[in-house]
Formats: sequence, structure tokens, C-alpha cells
Amino acid sequence: MRFHYDTSYHDGQTLLRYPVGRIAYAALLLALLVVPWVLPKYYVGEMSYVFIMCIASLGLMTLVGYTGQVSLGHSAFIAIGAYTETWMLSQGVPFGPSLLIAACLSGVIGLVIGLPAIRVSGLYLAMVTLAFAILTEHTIGHWKGVTGGFNGLSVGNPVLAGFDLGGLKPFYYLCLGVLVLVLAGLLNLMRSKTGRAFMGVRDSEAAAYSLGIWVAGYKVLAFVISAMVTGLAGALLAHHVRFLTPEGFGLILSLELVLMVTIGGLGSLRGAILGAVLISMLPTFISRIKPMLPEHISKQFGLEIFVFGLVLALFVLFEPKGLNGRWIKFRTFLQTFPLYRKDMFKRGKSYMKSERYK
Amino acid sequence: MSVFEVKDVSLRFGGVQAVGNVSFTVEQGEVFAIIGPNGAGKTSMLNVITRVFDPSAGSVVFEGQDITRLPRHKIVHSGIARTFQNIELFEGGTVLDNLLLGRHRFDHGSFLAQWLWTPGVRRAEAASRAHVEDVIDLLDLMPYRNSPVAGLPYGVRKVVELARALSTQPRLLLLDEPASGLNPEETRELAFWIDDIQKDLGITVIMVEHDMSLVSEAADRVLCMNMGQVLALGSPAQVQGDPAVIAAYLGG
Repeated sequence: MRFHYDTSYHDGQTLLRYPVGRIAYAALLLALLVVPWVLPKYYVGEMSYVFIMCIASLGLMTLVGYTGQVSLGHSAFIAIGAYTETWMLSQGVPFGPSLLIAACLSGVIGLVIGLPAIRVSGLYLAMVTLAFAILTEHTIGHWKGVTGGFNGLSVGNPVLAGFDLGGLKPFYYLCLGVLVLVLAGLLNLMRSKTGRAFMGVRDSEAAAYSLGIWVAGYKVLAFVISAMVTGLAGALLAHHVRFLTPEGFGLILSLELVLMVTIGGLGSLRGAILGAVLISMLPTFISRIKPMLPEHISKQFGLEIFVFGLVLALFVLFEPKGLNGRWIKFRTFLQTFPLYRKDMFKRGKSYMKSERYK
Repeated sequence: MSVFEVKDVSLRFGGVQAVGNVSFTVEQGEVFAIIGPNGAGKTSMLNVITRVFDPSAGSVVFEGQDITRLPRHKIVHSGIARTFQNIELFEGGTVLDNLLLGRHRFDHGSFLAQWLWTPGVRRAEAASRAHVEDVIDLLDLMPYRNSPVAGLPYGVRKVVELARALSTQPRLLLLDEPASGLNPEETRELAFWIDDIQKDLGITVIMVEHDMSLVSEAADRVLCMNMGQVLALGSPAQVQGDPAVIAAYLGG
């Protein structure tokens, strides 16, 4: 049993308050540092990909989970990040700054999209961002001078201070490092004023205005942060795939990202990570178990999409709070053992809301 | 010189006149109640003051500053906080999150500093927490501090909303039907709190209310509205005895 008592004004916002948590996360980090020396090469590459998807998922979570703005267009920010990175390297910009430029350009385009997009919400916003993703994919396909069009574009090696980070192990550590930095930054942001304001904008605009939160400003800010982080993931992804084609940044990628944040659990950074790990590992998992399936199933076209859909449907039906919700229940079970009750997380009736002003 | 003044405010929605030429003044430290039958324009009046709606005519002045054209999110910076008729809490957060959001108008470090969680940000957050704890003490919210607001009973949610408004450290507090949905005990408790807010914190209160027991207990002066017009203005007893008010309520 553990009781939560705040004994100082800082306690409420301390990230890892208890030794158990600190030890667990230190062990996790240590394990991740050892992975490239233990696991087979193939899996090291896969893990780098998982880290990149975690970054992208964190980016989308900032927008969808924290400010409640749905985006089906985040594949476009990944594409912008990836192509900017590749083009910058081909123009002789060194690797480190190129990452920053890719993130910033993606952020600027996020600003340009965000300014008109915040006027609409819900399904309409989803459609606006969807249109943006389709437009970006086509623009990339036809802007041959910069992007190589549908023929594709090969990506230069990430060389930092004479050291090639493109190798399997260095790239793994690079992705891990960027992920940790992004996660730390977002954790800080979400526990301070900006993160609270995001939540305020999501839950009640009327109340947010009355407390002095500039709703439109924070919506756009979320768009920009989200686009920057996702663009950064895109820049790393370019080095992972080494050859860019417009088809690689289609709607499926957007949908996968939305799946990650939904299945992970909206409104939680941990959820973004868990969802990204699950969804980006699914294809590998499916290809592993394919040989074990009867032939008429394993030869089916679109098996992956089917499994994605199935996983989403099951989560929406049985665990709407996602993997994060499941985790919190499990943790509470451990912390309150043996007093855990099954209906501990049953919510009371939520009261009707009206008086919604635009 | 009155601290708060509404001058000839009108509000039209197309052909409907929600508020017509309403004027009143509120003195420093006063509890001022607005009553009236449904659709009288009471909440519309509050929404004009907090800039949800643009008035068609007239002006609103607080502490000598004309706030009629202030952007909606700047109202709280001039020292005006409000609650809502149908509770508008941030459902995703705990009571503490909601109250800390009430501190939004105060400095909590620059964006970059927040990103890095600098010592300055930590100090500002702790200072905010200290202020919020004062409000929690005042309104007896200690047992609910870390509870998600979505699961709280209605009466407590009302108090949380009041606490959130107080967290902004207002000089003028607008309460939109604070007693609706509360039982008589909770209403009486609310009357004491309004008294505390007025006497101990020196906050001027304007409330829209239906519950006459609360109005006569807490209010210094009462404004009765009907069909967007001022019907009567005076002490609770005066207004309750006014023939025009009785006619409006009973349909005489």
C-alpha cells in the first residue's frame, strides 16, 4: 500500500517521486542502452524505427491528446521533415543544424496550416488536415527539382563532426537520445503553464477564456509544437529508410499515427510511447506469425490493415483509455494490493454541459 | 465613484432584444444580486460583462477602465473572474489542475524556461500551489484535492468552480446561479462563503440567482430584470415587495 501525501509545494509536479519509479526507469534506460550489443542486427534497426515513431507519436499526442484537435495530416509533417533534411544535406548543410532546420520548417508549415485550421474543429478539422496531407504528397510527387518526384531521392549519410552516425548502432543511440530529449521537453511543458492551458482549451473553451487563456493562440501553438516534433521524427526517418519516395508518406502513415495515440490513450505522453511501440512493432509481429497461419489466411491481401483495424476496434470497445489506462489500473492494483476493487475506475455520472459559446 | 458601472447596455440578436438599455452601478465591497424570471437577460448581462457577447450599445466600466471592447481573454487580467450556470470545469484534470489553471494569468516563466523546467519555473509553480492551497483551505476542498473533477458530486463541482474563480485573485467576482442544483444546506454554506469572500477578501460580488433565500441572506442590493429591462433596484426586501416584481413573477 502506498499513500500519496504532498509534503511540499513541489511534490505535485515532481516526475519520479518514489524510489521504485526511479529505479524502474533507470533500469529501462540501461536496458535500452545495452540492446544494440545483445539483440540481432535486424532488431536494432527495428528498434530505431520504433524510437522514431515514438517521437512522431509524441508530436501528434501534443495536438490530439492535449488540445483535442484531430489531425489526419501528420504524415505530411513527417514528409516535410524527411525531405527538408535530405535536401539540406545535399546542399552541404552539416547534419546537426539540418535536423533543427527540418524541425523548424515543419513548425512554420504547421503555423501556416494551424492559423486557418483552428477556425474549425472535430470532423471538419480532420478533413482540412486530410486535404493538407494529400496535397503535400502530390506536391512532393511533382516537385521533381527538389524531391526527385516519384523516382525517389537517396538520403545522404548523417555525418556529425567527422563521425558517421548512419551505422546501425550509432543511429540507434542517436534516435534514443533524440527521443529522450523530446520526451523530457514535453514532460516539462505539460506539467507547467502551457500544458495546463492546452488541457483547458481541450476541456472547456468558455472557461479557458474566462481564466485568461488565449484559446486561438494556444491552439496554434499546439499545432506548431506538434509539427516541429513530428518534422524532427521525419528527418530521422529519412536516415532510417535511406531512400525517399512520396508513397512512403501516404495516408496510411497518418492513420498509423492516429492509431498510436488512440490506442496508447489520449492525453498522456506515456500512452503515446506505448501506442507507438505497439503499432510500429505490429507489422514485424504479423510477418513473424504469418508462416504459422493457414495458407489461405496468410496469403490474404491487406492482412496488416485488418489487424490494425481489429486492434483499434477492440481497444475502443474494451479499453477506451488505451494502453495508458490499462497501465494505470495495473499500477493501482500493485500499489493498493490487496485492496484493489474492480470498479475503482468506474466513473460517476458526468454532468451535462451546455452553454457552449464559440 | 462606483467601482463598477454598466451604462445603457443593449444586446440584440437579430430581432430579439436580450438586454435593453440597462444601467446600474456596483459599489466597492458590495454583494449585488441580479434576479428575474427565465429569459430576463441576466446571464446575457454577465456575458456582456465578460465579453462573450459584444453589446449593441452602451459601455461597461470597471475601476475607471472601459472594458467594453477588451478581448475576451484579457478580462481576467483586469481583475474580473466568473463562474458558469452550467458548470464549465476541465473534466480531464483533478481539482488541483483546475485550480492551478485559475492561476494562468500570473507569470510562470517563459515558454523556453517551461520547456527546460528551470528553477525559476519551479519557484513560480510552488508559489501558485501555495495560493491555491489558501483557496482550498477557505472553501474546505481538502478531501478532493487530487480527485478527478469528472467523478465529483454536483455540489462539490460547484464549489470547485468558485474556487477556480477565486484562484485568479479577482477584485470583482461574477457568479452565475451559484445555488442552482444545491440543497438547502449547501446553499446556506454558500451564503457564508460569499460573506467571507466579501468581508475577508474584500472582493466585490455580482451574482445572478433564483434562490431568494440566498439573495436575501447574502445580497446588499438587488436588481430585478424582466424581458431585458430593469424592473426594480433596491434592498432585497424592497425589491421583493415591489408590485412590478411580483407581477412579473406571478404573471399578474
